[in-house]
Order: sequence, then structure tokens, then C-alpha cells
Amino acid sequence: MSIAARDIHFAYRGRPVLTGASLALSAGELVCLLGSNGAGKSTLLRILLGLQRPGRGAVTVDGEPLAGWQRRQLARLVAYVPQVHVAPFPYTVRQVALMGRLPATGLLKAPGAADRACVQGILEHLGIAHLAERAYTEISGGERQLTLIARALAQEARLLVMDEPLAGLDYGNQVRLLDRLERLAEEGYGVLMTTHDPNQPLTGCQRVALLVDGRITADGHPGEVLTAAAIHLLYGVHVELLHATDGRRLAFRPTGRRVIA
Amino acid sequence: MAEMASTRPAPATAPATVRTRWLVAPLLALAATLAALSFGRYPLPPWEPVRFLLAAAGFVSMEPDRYALLYNLIVEIRLPRVLAAILVGASLSVSGAAYQALFRNPLVSPGLLGVLAGASAGAALGILLEGHWLLVQTSAFVMGLAAVGIGVGIAHLFGGGSIIMLVLGGILSGALFTSLLTMVKYMADPYSQLPAIVYWLMGSLGQASIDDMAWAALPMLAGILMLCLMGRALDALSMGDDEARALGVPVTAVRLTTIAAATLISALTVSIAGMIGWIGLVVPHIARLLVGPGNARLLPAAASLGAAFLLFADGLARNLFATELPIGIVTELLGIPVFLLVLRRVRRGWT
Repeated sequence: MSIAARDIHFAYRGRPVLTGASLALSAGELVCLLGSNGAGKSTLLRILLGLQRPGRGAVTVDGEPLAGWQRRQLARLVAYVPQVHVAPFPYTVRQVALMGRLPATGLLKAPGAADRACVQGILEHLGIAHLAERAYTEISGGERQLTLIARALAQEARLLVMDEPLAGLDYGNQVRLLDRLERLAEEGYGVLMTTHDPNQPLTGCQRVALLVDGRITADGHPGEVLTAAAIHLLYGVHVELLHATDGRRLAFRPTGRRVIA
Repeated sequence: MAEMASTRPAPATAPATVRTRWLVAPLLALAATLAALSFGRYPLPPWEPVRFLLAAAGFVSMEPDRYALLYNLIVEIRLPRVLAAILVGASLSVSGAAYQALFRNPLVSPGLLGVLAGASAGAALGILLEGHWLLVQTSAFVMGLAAVGIGVGIAHLFGGGSIIMLVLGGILSGALFTSLLTMVKYMADPYSQLPAIVYWLMGSLGQASIDDMAWAALPMLAGILMLCLMGRALDALSMGDDEARALGVPVTAVRLTTIAAATLISALTVSIAGMIGWIGLVVPHIARLLVGPGNARLLPAAASLGAAFLLFADGLARNLFATELPIGIVTELLGIPVFLLVLRRVRRGWT
């Protein structure tokens, strides 16, 4: 199972955002999309999900053009995990997760015992079953992110497209969520996440893609893609890469002065 | 995920109190209906309407004199009013709840897109033209629809139909029809037409005849049912357009259907009973306290509670003083303290 965007062009109010970006996601891999603020990461995700029509270029799901898929079918293959937000109504965690059964049940049918059991299993799997009856509006950011992931898993989609899943989480929750995403990839889910912290993909990500000037300039193993030069190209800052004594890459650290291009 | 579910025990049932709570609202509505058929200038014991119904259905026997009296009292005098209260209360509350989900804002009421302003202007115009009562009703209904049409039209022409543009469109079209209403009032005869307009705007269920109710009941019930079926779609929609689309929900279709059904039934309430404020804002909150925020349960609960609330308000309007009070005043006076009471609990969801 895979989803792929090829040679995507997109302009927002005449300003080009994407100029020939290509990106693919397959089941079983955890992919980080790295880019600066306003680079068009979210736009590329929305185009991949079929929420935004590209100006030029093609999106395919399992080789078939995206336009040929019905939304409800698509929802059972690809799930969208938005950035953590505040809901206007205090739905319980279980209610939010049950919304993920919508593509399976349709709009008019109430979720049945099988749907409830499915959601319960997912909540337990993600370790948030104890929160099931709590209001989504009253739990922490990390717990909300897990709830949104539970909803995505309830869709039975194998591909999860996540917009800044780590933004707004404290350090501990970031580490735990990255662990969780890594395990989901091991279980066979394909996870695509955007981030702007170059240190996050150093652990756990099999692939990193860099979005610079509307294109994917590099896409591959973090060891090859994440270099000090690449970070400079992405963010315009000089960094050095800290290594462990055995040669493993540990982290980026900014050095010198900021360069204004 | 099926394998995951089968290997784990699933005690996924809600606590018993939550499961039975949805019964409270329909039972309240039923009790309020019986009470409304019993109380009045000529009070009946509360079992008397039940006994009359059973007699009418042929299950029990009743003296012909008593039957004739009860027929006159219950069917001809009280029933049209009770039906009007049920349908108007249910319509305003269910459309208020649906709008709150649709616009992702718990402070929204059915008048948001200008339907009430349009219908008021329409009714006032009908009174100005010295028309038959039917002209007043038709004009209220048509201008209510027109107001929402203009608001939604503005939103789609200038902003692609986004939430914020719908709200702005509603404000503009509401303002337009409010100024039309003022113009009609200014042109009206200050001794006969102006008071008629003012009284009509205060709202009354007494105008409704059984014939009025007969033609309005079907579209109103259809609209209420349609909104109740939107529950799960509205849950998803209230989380955001992109999320709802990614869950396979046809966002534009759901939004337009909801607006159309809510507009239809709100406009009909104005043409039957004039302006009845607050109920569309307050009742959804009470219903949310009772059955939670999930719209699949909230919308039917809001409909039943709205019916009960308006029956209760109408009972006060009829029986509190020697002369009848306009129902719109009662719902406002009743709605404000009730809203304050639920405010503390309601605020939980507003963070």
C-alpha cells in the first residue's frame, strides 16, 4: 500500500509554494518531512490527502489516480492526523476515536458492538483506555495527539499522514510519541510526519525528506540526508553535528552567527 | 485492527446512567404535553386527556356529554396550541444545536444566518399590506428563506463558503432585513398596523389554528428528522473541515443540507408563532448536560427538551396572569436564568 505525489506544483494567491515536489509513503515506514516555516509542508500533506487540488502534478493511491477514489474508500486507506487542536465541544476520548469508524459505518448508521470493541482495543493498544470517558478538551496535548491517532487507527487506514504531531508537546511527550510512531511503523503502518526540528528524525526515522524552495531536495536515509550543509540550506543557520565516540550521530547544535541570505 | 480487537476483552459499554439518560428528555416532553392538555381556564385532572384518548380510540367508554366537552376542550381548543408548542420548540432547539455544531460555536442560535430577521421583516410587510393571515405567514416564510439565501450567497461569492464568511454573510443579511423591518414599521399606520406588528414580533402560539398546524407539521417533522440524522456527520464536521473530509464526510453537502433544513423549520416557526427567542440557544446546552455533546444523541434530546421547554413556557404565558403574556417574553425571562444556571457546567467545553 502506498501513496505518491509526483511533480506537484501549487501556488497560493499567485505566489508559488510548491514547484515540482515529489514524495511517496509506503506501509511500514516512518518518514519525516523537514522544512522551514511556510515552506509548504502542510500544503504538500493536504495535496497528498486529496484535501487540496494541486495546480499541476499527480497524486496516486496504490498506483490509481487519487481523483478516481471515493472519499469514503480513501478514508479506509489513508488517515489524516491534524495538529493538536481544541475542539469546540467536550466530546469524550472514546467519542473522538469512534469518529474514526465513520468510513466503515457510513454517516447514518450508529457504531455497533464491533466498532466499539475495535475502538476499545485501539485505546488499550495506545495506552489511553483509562482516558476513554474523559473530555477531549480537558486532557493534555500529548493525550490529545494520541486520541487523534486512535481515531486514525480506527479508520483501519494503513497510512497515517500527520501534520506536526510533536508541535506543542513537552519534551517527554515528544520522546514518547516518537517511540509510539516508530512502533506503529514496525507494526506495518506507514507514517508521514512533518517537523521542523532536525534532531527528531535522527532517532527512529527510516527516511527523511527535505522540502526547500518548493521541491524535495533530498529524500533518503537520515544518515545521508541530514548533513550540516543540508540544515544550512533548510534553515539558513550553521550547525555542527555532534557524534558519539562510536561514530553515531547524536544531535545538531547551532554554531556561529546566523546568516541572512 | 480486527485482530487487535479480538485478542483483547472489550468492556466498551458506557455506564448505565449515561445509557438511560437519553430517556429523560422524551419523558419530560410527554409529561409536559399531558400537563398542557390538562391545565388552563378549565382545569382537568392529568389522567383525563389520557382517558379521552383511550375513549376516542374505543378502548374505554365515556358518556357522550363528557366526551363532547372534552373533545371541544382538548382537540379544538388546546391541541392546536400544544402541537404548535411542540413543533416550534423542537424546531428551534434542534436547529440551534445543529448550528452550534456546524459553526463550531456553542453560542450560536438558529438566527445566525438571518432567518429570524428575514421572517420578521416578511411578516411585518404582510401586516402592512393588510393581507389575510395566510399572506403574513407566507411572506414571513419566504423572506426568512430569502435572508438565508442572501447570507449564504454572500459567503459563497466572496469567501468560498468558509465558516467565517457564512457568519459575516449572516450578519450582513440580518442587518439588511432588520433595516427593512424598521422601514416597514415606519411606514405602518401607528394606530392599527404598528401595534399589530409589535405584538406579532413578541410571539404567540395562540394564532395557530389546527389547519395551520396541519400544513406546517409535515415539513417541520421532516426537517427535524433530517437534522437528527445529521448527528454523526456534524460530530466530525465540528472537529474541522479537513478532518471531516479525511473521515469521508461530504462536507459541503452536509453543511448545505443542515442549513437548508434548519432554515426551513426556523422560518416556519416564525410564520406560526412569531419571534420566540433564546430557546434555540439555551435548550441545546441543557440537552448537552443531559446526554453529552455527541450530536447523534444531542439532536433528538434537544428536540424533545425544546418541546417540553416551550410547553412549559406557554403554560406560564397562559396561566400566570389573567391575560395571556406574549410567549417570546416568557422564553426570554425563563431562558436567561436557566442559561446562567447551566453556564457553570457548560463552560467546561469552552476552553
